[in-house]
Amino acid sequence: MARKKDKTEGKPKSRARRRFLIGGTVAAGGLFVGWQLLGGDGPADPVALMKPGADEAALNAWVKIAADGTVTVAVPRSEMGQGIHTALPMILAEELDADFGKIRVINAEIDKVYVNDIMVPEGFPFGPHDDGFMARQGREMGRWLSRLIGVQATGGSTSVRAGWQPMREAGAMAREMLKQAAASQLGVSPASLKTEAGEVVDPVSGRRIGYGVLAAAAAGIKLNAIPALRDPSEFRIIGQPQQRLDIPAKVDGTAIFGIDVRLPDMLFAAVKHPPVVGATVKQFDPAQVQRMPGVVKTIAVPGGVAVIADSTWRAKKAVEALDVTYDAGETPDFSSEGLFQTYEAALAESGFGYQDDGDAEATLETAGSNVIELTYRAPFLAHATMEPINCTARLDGNKLELWAPTQGPMVSQWIAAGEADLDTENVTVNVTYLGGGFGRRAEPDFIRQAVACAMAVPGRGVQVVWSREEDMRQDTYRPATLAHFRISTDDAGQPTAWANKLVGPSVSGQATMRYISMATDSGPDRTSVDGAAWLPYAIPDMRVEHILSRVPVRVGFWRSVGHSQNAFYSEAVIDELAHAAGKDPYVYRMGLLADNPRYANVLQTAARMADWETGAPEGRARGIALHESFGAIVAQVVEVSLQGGQPRVHKVWCAIDAGIVINPDTIVAQMESGIVYGLSAALFGEITFENGEPQQSNFPDYEVITLANMPVIETRIIASTEAPGGAGEPGTPPIAPAVTSALFALTGQRIRELPVSRHDWSGFGT
Amino acid sequence: MVDFVLNGEAVSTDVEPDTPLLWVIRDTLGLTGTKFGCGVAACGACTVHVDGFATRTCVLPVEAVAGSEITTIEGIADDATRHRVQQAWIDEQVPQCGYCQSGMIMAVTALLNENPSPTDADIDDAITNICRCGTYSRIRSAIHRAARA
Repeated sequence: MARKKDKTEGKPKSRARRRFLIGGTVAAGGLFVGWQLLGGDGPADPVALMKPGADEAALNAWVKIAADGTVTVAVPRSEMGQGIHTALPMILAEELDADFGKIRVINAEIDKVYVNDIMVPEGFPFGPHDDGFMARQGREMGRWLSRLIGVQATGGSTSVRAGWQPMREAGAMAREMLKQAAASQLGVSPASLKTEAGEVVDPVSGRRIGYGVLAAAAAGIKLNAIPALRDPSEFRIIGQPQQRLDIPAKVDGTAIFGIDVRLPDMLFAAVKHPPVVGATVKQFDPAQVQRMPGVVKTIAVPGGVAVIADSTWRAKKAVEALDVTYDAGETPDFSSEGLFQTYEAALAESGFGYQDDGDAEATLETAGSNVIELTYRAPFLAHATMEPINCTARLDGNKLELWAPTQGPMVSQWIAAGEADLDTENVTVNVTYLGGGFGRRAEPDFIRQAVACAMAVPGRGVQVVWSREEDMRQDTYRPATLAHFRISTDDAGQPTAWANKLVGPSVSGQATMRYISMATDSGPDRTSVDGAAWLPYAIPDMRVEHILSRVPVRVGFWRSVGHSQNAFYSEAVIDELAHAAGKDPYVYRMGLLADNPRYANVLQTAARMADWETGAPEGRARGIALHESFGAIVAQVVEVSLQGGQPRVHKVWCAIDAGIVINPDTIVAQMESGIVYGLSAALFGEITFENGEPQQSNFPDYEVITLANMPVIETRIIASTEAPGGAGEPGTPPIAPAVTSALFALTGQRIRELPVSRHDWSGFGT
Repeated sequence: MVDFVLNGEAVSTDVEPDTPLLWVIRDTLGLTGTKFGCGVAACGACTVHVDGFATRTCVLPVEAVAGSEITTIEGIADDATRHRVQQAWIDEQVPQCGYCQSGMIMAVTALLNENPSPTDADIDDAITNICRCGTYSRIRSAIHRAARA
């Protein structure tokens, strides 16, 4: 069920928290969360945040325990299929030494204690492994800024990476408090006690006391220090496959997604947007549809026009019947082909250099004929989440409540408060399950519309639901971009200089402008070159720059963001270099990874899984790719053939090193998921524009993988003691270059522009 | 007025007769387990059983089901126990976001009623629903598991 809140309960005073935070950040650094929970002049109030019931006690802002031993964990990240409502509780349960069968999950409130402090710094222009002074300072400033704002968002495969330390600390602190409570009861020292799956145990007397019995007393105990965390060798929950806590509700129809929120006497709204990019609503006449069945009101909303009615279908019928005229914007002729011409012309410019190792230009100048020049393209892509965009809102006096399938509750709260001219304290955001996110649900556009509708009918809940066509035509697309390479090689075919110019808009810049009106998109944006810069290969002279070329289309975060197209470019180009050198693409890569054993190990694992040296059976061919993103390294081998003149992917072998793994089955599931998402895009995915309009609008013309063309996927997790990496996105980037390289091996046809379906395969037999 | 049987209970609805059954189930009758995905019967998220057959309801006018027996995800299990397909979905840890899974499970239960041990090719032909999380491998495994159960 969507969580309901008691609106009479006040939140902690924000001024006190802010004062504390600045001090706390300076004082506590990496142990920020633990420090805040320990106390001081403004700790997060566990009772205000956890709202314990009569038989429950809140031990800190992350966990409360009921008398019957049920442990409820607050998860401040949105569950959109990635399994985070199980993985984060597993981390806490490990340090708490809980019985995982007694774990329950609630969505956390919006509060700075739940900050995600690595998402913002990941946009800064420093390589992920840059450990220099500037990079360290920059990252620390980004984390400080995140804490100051209290960034509460789900994306960038950051949830486990950002939650690892605080969840462990919160669990360890709760366990220590329970031990101290038990020690008082038993008259022994806390240090003499142990814990075991939800009980404190006195090894001397053999007495055992359940956490549920101790919780009330434990809640009153103040700790002076953060207890020691477990050594990974002692982990008994982390690293063991756990059934996901959200799955039972997802097989019987009881899971509540945004679109399933039901309020008494609620209304439903359908929205119509200008069909042409950049156009705005000029005129409409509410009277035209006012007499249609169930219609309550027709209003302008941010981005379009909404009809509010007493059912979803009636609202949809009315908005379709409504005549709306538009003011053409500045780009009525916008087209994908025209955009790529603009990009080509922009190559004459210099961009922002994100990586500049050695002197690529000088090496290229003296390389003579040993220079390869290549241009690659990738199209706009829609997210096409299964649950179409929607949001529910209700305004009661000066209290606004939202039920939102959102990846960004904090931004949603800001935006809603701004639209309704309320203090954020008066805006409650209830996060529901998300029927897919993939970055789309980080956007606030649907929040604005729901608030506008709620303001039009005060006191009544309104659910805004977009049609699939509006969802696909008004997406914040993965941007179309262009990549140009000039690469010199030595006589053995090894790269000596690699100059890569990328052209396209700034996703982070555009998105931030939608979140905060005073932002700009002209600053550096690391996501533009993620997957193009800081490659693991030994290339002496390397320059990667991004030329900002704005687009009139809304672009946004799409599963793996810059990696989604840049990994295609980089890895496909490596395959071209291997071919030019007359070398096997696996062997060629291994030669370039001699100094990077962690990457080499991942690549080798995938190759061995596939028995690469034996190769594909008759009529099939294989491709391979390696890519690091979001703290995880993934290698994939694919096997393809042509069936009935169309490319068919039969099998994918996938190896991943994601550091310490929380829930192994979730890692496997996320590899499968990332591969299918990337494969749909690589084979079929494109949103093309003509005359300012997207040419695709629903699944019949935006084809995706289904059971019938689903490859077999085999995944192996590489054991690691490195810090946990991401999982939701790293499976996506390598699949496109692995597939196009396999198709090249099969047919000799190079794919330098996605999707594969743009290309004619009829000449290559069946 | 259109009358039909929903999960074993007689219901009577008073909406425009061209209203798709999906919206009658969700908005009028208040069962939200059946999902809206595409509105053009392409994705299968809205699949229910109409007289035992898997049917996409986002384009099916309610007047077309007058007198029919409709079963939704809320109605496939006995009161206390899960349907074997639902249990197989848990055992194989199929759902991710979960939004498409009601429709998947309804399509699969109908398939198994007709064909108790489908081959992979039978599954490919019958289960054409879309899942954007890419849970297809596990769906296939869960179908075979449910068939054995």
